[in-house]
Amino acid sequence: MSFALDALTILAVSTGAFFFLAGTVGLLRFPDALSRLHALTKADNLGLGLVVLGLLLQAEGSFAALKLIGVWLLTLLAGATVTQLIARTARPGGTHE
Amino acid sequence: MAFDTGLVLLVLGVAVWTIVARDTFAAVVGFVAYGLLLALVWVRLAAPDVALTEAAIGSGVTGVLLLGASTRLRRTETSGAGEKPGITLRLAAGMLCALVSAGVAAIVLKFPEPAPTLAPHTAANIAATGLGNPVTAVLMAYRAIDTLLETVVLLLALVGIWSLAPDRVWGGFPGARHHADPEGVLTFIAQLLVPMGILVGIHIFWIGSVAPGGEFQGATILAAMWILAMMAGLVDAPSVSRRWLRLLLVAGPTVFLAIGLAGFAMAGAFLAYPAPYAKLLIVTIEVPVTLSIAATLALLVAGPAERAPQR
Amino acid sequence: MADFLLAAAGFVLATVALGLVRILRGPSEADRIMAAQLLGSGGIAALLLLAEAMSVPAAVDVALTLALLAAFVSVAFVKGFARSGADGA
Repeated sequence: MSFALDALTILAVSTGAFFFLAGTVGLLRFPDALSRLHALTKADNLGLGLVVLGLLLQAEGSFAALKLIGVWLLTLLAGATVTQLIARTARPGGTHE
Repeated sequence: MAFDTGLVLLVLGVAVWTIVARDTFAAVVGFVAYGLLLALVWVRLAAPDVALTEAAIGSGVTGVLLLGASTRLRRTETSGAGEKPGITLRLAAGMLCALVSAGVAAIVLKFPEPAPTLAPHTAANIAATGLGNPVTAVLMAYRAIDTLLETVVLLLALVGIWSLAPDRVWGGFPGARHHADPEGVLTFIAQLLVPMGILVGIHIFWIGSVAPGGEFQGATILAAMWILAMMAGLVDAPSVSRRWLRLLLVAGPTVFLAIGLAGFAMAGAFLAYPAPYAKLLIVTIEVPVTLSIAATLALLVAGPAERAPQR
Repeated sequence: MADFLLAAAGFVLATVALGLVRILRGPSEADRIMAAQLLGSGGIAALLLLAEAMSVPAAVDVALTLALLAAFVSVAFVKGFARSGADGA
């Protein structure tokens, strides 16, 4: 049982790390700011989400698991809204807020 | 081992880049990244209390403070760029920095094995303080006087910043009034994030007695949430002449000092706690200190008064 | 498991450090804010992995603090950039 959990953790964390790599490659290679922003959100959401999923399988106790999910949700919320704000500054027309 | 080497190289790289960067805004972003990496270093050294403080104060609040400074300086940046210090001055500064670095490195590398430490003594006497976290025991019991002086220093820094206000807005509102679209993204993020942040801040403050955390880290999170609410236009910065604000700011150091002086009567020395009441007294100090530091940090970032007080 | 998690933390950190190149090059300041944001989430992932690998549960609290502060700093950056860029001073 524990071997299966370990294997799943390794799988989830590896996939999450891959998404971080994809996000960075996108950030470096995409032509303009808005598409780079798109790559950034993939790393935030999927990368961190999969890492958290993998670590959840290893977590001891429900409070620890809740904290892990809480960190992911907080990053998700912050990332989603901040990328909106960044997109406004990156837009050719500038900000109007 | 490879992880640590990579981390150290990364920290050095970001540090060098921050110093070399031409544009102040870029340098501030580099500084925030540097602070974050430093927090990772502290975790690798198994010092999560310091990591918390570095992430919150060193990287977060100081980063925003520097950002405010760089924004104010933007206007003078082009005119100031023409004045560069001469080559002798720069050589002298470089040599002085190298000397200091070499001196510190020599001291650290020449520690005897095992390095001198008071950790066993701290652990042996911690039962008398009623706390479970040795770092908090050092901050609030063994070296409480340092913490008291820190709170006073923060307050003096705030007074220094407030004294920069021009005469006509003396006692007025810090910073510009921020307006945000009530349907907009900024208001949304603030309305969701601020309550959660306040909860996290209280949590980190409260577990400080048994796990890494404590009043400075919790207070910084609370301050960051207040600044966030101000930036989103949800609340306006309070006028610096308001009585409740000034009471809030001095409450922490006053309670600290009062309990310290009462230590003469209770246990024979300044800031001494009688053993059965130690935990209670520490908590009684910590709550107002946390609130005061949160207010002080938030107002430090808000800056000197820029709008006249309403009469 | 601990070694794997440590290696994963190192990998995430290395890839995100590559993103720092964007802070160096980034033609616009939005690029710089984005790279700092990526470093933030990468740092959070690395902290969570380290918490498990080194058995330091407090690192999860550091990650929690970092998540909040990263959002706070990003908002400040955007406002600071917008404010100084917009009025052109």
